[in-house]
Amino acid sequence: MKISLGPLPYFWPKDMVVQFYSQVAAAPVDIVYLGETVCSKRREMNLRDWLDIADSLLDAGKEVALSTLALIEAESELKSLRAICKAANANERLSVEANDMAAAHLMSEAGRPFIAGPYLNIYNAPALEIMRQAGAKRWTPPVEISRHALEGILGSLASPIETELFAYGHLPLALSARCFTARSEGLPKDDCRFVCKKYPQGIPTRSQEGETLFNLNGIQTQSGKCYHLLNQWRDLQHAGVNVIRLSPESPDTLRVAESLALALKQEQDKVLPYQLNHSNGYWSRIPGMELAAGPQETPHLS
Amino acid sequence: MELVCPAGSPPALRAAVDNGADAVYIGFKDDTNARHFAGLNFDDAKAQQALAYARDRGVKLFVAINTYAQSQGWERWRNAVDKVAGLQADALIAADIGVMDYAARQYPQLNLHLSVQGSATNYEALRFYYNRFNIKRAVLPRVLSLPQVRQVASQSPVDLEVFAFGSLCIMAEGRCYMSSYMTGESPNNSGACSPAKFVKWEQKDGRLESRLNGSLIDRFEADENAGYPTLCKGRFDAGDSHAFHVFEEPTSLNTLDLIPELAATGVKAVKIEGRQRSPSYVAQVVSTWRQALDCFQREPAAFRCQQDWLEALQALSEGAQTTLGAYSRPWQ
Repeated sequence: MKISLGPLPYFWPKDMVVQFYSQVAAAPVDIVYLGETVCSKRREMNLRDWLDIADSLLDAGKEVALSTLALIEAESELKSLRAICKAANANERLSVEANDMAAAHLMSEAGRPFIAGPYLNIYNAPALEIMRQAGAKRWTPPVEISRHALEGILGSLASPIETELFAYGHLPLALSARCFTARSEGLPKDDCRFVCKKYPQGIPTRSQEGETLFNLNGIQTQSGKCYHLLNQWRDLQHAGVNVIRLSPESPDTLRVAESLALALKQEQDKVLPYQLNHSNGYWSRIPGMELAAGPQETPHLS
Repeated sequence: MELVCPAGSPPALRAAVDNGADAVYIGFKDDTNARHFAGLNFDDAKAQQALAYARDRGVKLFVAINTYAQSQGWERWRNAVDKVAGLQADALIAADIGVMDYAARQYPQLNLHLSVQGSATNYEALRFYYNRFNIKRAVLPRVLSLPQVRQVASQSPVDLEVFAFGSLCIMAEGRCYMSSYMTGESPNNSGACSPAKFVKWEQKDGRLESRLNGSLIDRFEADENAGYPTLCKGRFDAGDSHAFHVFEEPTSLNTLDLIPELAATGVKAVKIEGRQRSPSYVAQVVSTWRQALDCFQREPAAFRCQQDWLEALQALSEGAQTTLGAYSRPWQ
């Protein structure tokens, strides 16, 4: 089982990003996804900056992929996408994670393999076979996938394909034309003043009774709770998952990677105790915000 | 521009046809349909009758199989495609690449439209679907501004259809799992958002509370208009702000004012949302839009939105409010 670090979903200052990925180089993750996937207005990091980080991670022995913008609306965004694909195609060691069919199309036209990201809505084996024909060498199912559904897909494939699962972090639940972070500050998107930089972990959104439901991250809405399927890593493995994805929450996410790597190495079931802000319901075919126990385990809430 | 209208039942279909639809879209009575609501939609016999009624009056019939095929139920989606081909409907509206691939291989003569649930928001994505499945048309998600629609239309390999009126999805369609996060069921996996079976209304301390699967979505004072608890239209707390519409107010999209601009972008069709709506709603919305489009066609330069049209549509809108949505930058 490999461990991957998903793209950074939040808008952090450049020095924080650089610092974070310098630590990633030494962290026990096998695959690192780099780039801005949420908002094209976030320009602290340009493509050159990401490629510099990619180089140092490649030198540290990581597999590196450039992850593309998930909601592409403007010509300028297509231009950035083409630049990302071109940069990856110029470097044998780099790949692209396609988070929109535009990226899948460009990579396929270039005759280059790519990784099908979690936003591509692959829910069945015929759909996955089409992506494989287009050039997908690995895929991540939609975040709402259950074990039952994943087994149905993988069990119907003509031959296996590397499968990655979003298993830790705030789930990317929705994308919009509207920036909810700017809206919550009374600002229009065209004059957002980059307020999302004030919220390095997004803005928790609660019901009027105080229940945390969602997390605002610019045009992206995330789950209010942190998804945590790590204690079920054996179950993931049995279902056919080859790569466990951790989504960066804060620099502390690298400690989670260490705990997971240790548990995998020592074959321990428990990776990280459950806390009140954890959920993992999707995997068990119940609402995503609920917490289901692992096969031999009752959740320990602290 | 072609006027594409919704029908969730035979009476709604007749209302749409009789009031000036150029095309009507329907779906089957199962989870292949992104408007999979109890008591709505068409079985085989009703779909056949719908087709006959529309054809006799020169109106096209589109059938939406616009959810994502779930791995264990693939046959349902395949059978639904077979039924649409058997009906000889004017188009199949689909979102799932597996479903489109099957339709394109088995029934190359069947017109394929990319559903809004396919979530293609740019022309490079449209090329993916065009090259592989030979789609004839795509419905654009409600996330693009007018200049962005124009840009996509100028490079698109296929005809475009855009939303003109109805309930407003705030999120890019096909890219929203908020409903399954709270209830287990989403448009993509079950064909429904904020399903009615999870909704509860409670009177508490003089206020009306709406809940979705137990979570509080909104609280209404006695003098407030209580809307259906679609989760993105609720009032929540975020940051320092208390009980506000974090995502969007209950409101409907209305682009009557934009008819000349939409026509200028080159889009081929405008779509009315609302297969869950009553026949009388469909009749009024379709007849108003028919009048407006006819008026524009007669004298494009002199087109002005008439007050009685706006009032008719306002009265039919969620929260009696309308918006231009993402077509207008300030909304974003």
